[in-house]
Amino acid sequence: MTKTIATLIAVLALGAAQAQELTPPDALVKQVTLEVVDLIAKDKEIRGGNRAKLIGLINEKVLPHFNFISMAALAMGQSWNKATPDQKKRVTDEFKTLLVRTYASALAAYSDQKFDFRPLRARPGDTDVTVNVRVLQPGAQPVPIDYSMEKTASGWKVYDVMVGGVSLVANYRTEFNNQVRESGVDGLIKNLSAKNRALEGTDKK
Amino acid sequence: MLRWLALALPVVFGGCATTNADPRDPLEGLNRGVYAFNDKLDTWVVRPVASGYTKVLPGEIRDRVRNFFANIADPMIGVHNILQGKFEDGFFDWVRFGFNTTFGLFGLHDIASDMGYEKHNEDFGQTFGRWGLPAGPYLVLPFLGSSDIRDGIGLGLDYYFDPMTGVRDKDLSYGLWGLRFVQVRSDLLDASRILEEAALDKYTFQRDAYLQRRRSLIYDGRPPREREPESGVNPQGGRDVDNIAAGGRP
Repeated sequence: MTKTIATLIAVLALGAAQAQELTPPDALVKQVTLEVVDLIAKDKEIRGGNRAKLIGLINEKVLPHFNFISMAALAMGQSWNKATPDQKKRVTDEFKTLLVRTYASALAAYSDQKFDFRPLRARPGDTDVTVNVRVLQPGAQPVPIDYSMEKTASGWKVYDVMVGGVSLVANYRTEFNNQVRESGVDGLIKNLSAKNRALEGTDKK
Repeated sequence: MLRWLALALPVVFGGCATTNADPRDPLEGLNRGVYAFNDKLDTWVVRPVASGYTKVLPGEIRDRVRNFFANIADPMIGVHNILQGKFEDGFFDWVRFGFNTTFGLFGLHDIASDMGYEKHNEDFGQTFGRWGLPAGPYLVLPFLGSSDIRDGIGLGLDYYFDPMTGVRDKDLSYGLWGLRFVQVRSDLLDASRILEEAALDKYTFQRDAYLQRRRSLIYDGRPPREREPESGVNPQGGRDVDNIAAGGRP
């Protein structure tokens, strides 16, 4: 009997996991983007420039769908393998703080624009896809935003964002490499942390 | 003049001898000098003017200004698409120009976009890139910012063929160019603020973004895969770092 119940629970848990996985990457991007843009539009405080509140919103709604360890690893390139587990964790945490802030600024700037969600071009079994969204603006070429996403046990996760053909992760690689070459991984952590503290300081003004 | 040069040269080339020499940017010392100058000029003059422009004029009017300048650029964009073998795109750039100049009231309204004829982004630098010409060293141009040898030459030709270059009346010509620069800079206010927040070193971040962006534009958002000589390590296992570095699709 206990065995049957255990099996039943296992099957239910598996079913739940699969159901969670079912949100396809393109649908996920659309759902999260529209929800966040709508929340920004409705929130007078955020529209009035309340950065802390906007960052709180991004943390709650967007952050769970990003794989920051992958992003930090890709931005560090070869240096990632030389870093200790503790260094890896600290780089990831500081990088996450910086990226969330950048993403918050970008969303606040472009939330008035129209979005065009492109159909996903991928094979059914793919575990690594690119979701294309375009921001439409009058008198200018649409700006493509491409989310590189990978399938994980807890759903599809973003590991890079390309805006207008510029990969965010690749763009940090030169900076990260320069810092590591000059002052080691600890130097990079120190600089990232100093940058984040400085930005926090401007929020309070 | 000569003495000034003699003083400047060691500074310029001394600046090149940095430990982080990037093969794409051999003139980094000189470029950083020009960048610092541009940055000061932007902080004290250009950005305040652009930000005043967005505060004084309502968005509706600024859209008209942007549309007007976008429209007069479309015929040359069509020429570039044809030079690059994209005949259909080129044809539709002229269709856009035709519709917007007539029904869109001299280009003030971008009705062609509403009809589904999308705006393209082309210039001489992109055409040369499509033809296979290498970018050459990265350059920071005084006043104009990020460029490279190929795009710098392209920019000169862009100016030569620009319809506004033919405007004879001096006051009108200065007025038009001034308005166009302010309009372009005002559209970049958000982007430049984000850059300032995101970058550890603004110069490096902007350079890399420019080079990535131009590469993407040359191939209209679908650049081929490019192998980077220094990478090739796979931090996660199973994922190709080079692919992401080149902005390619998985």
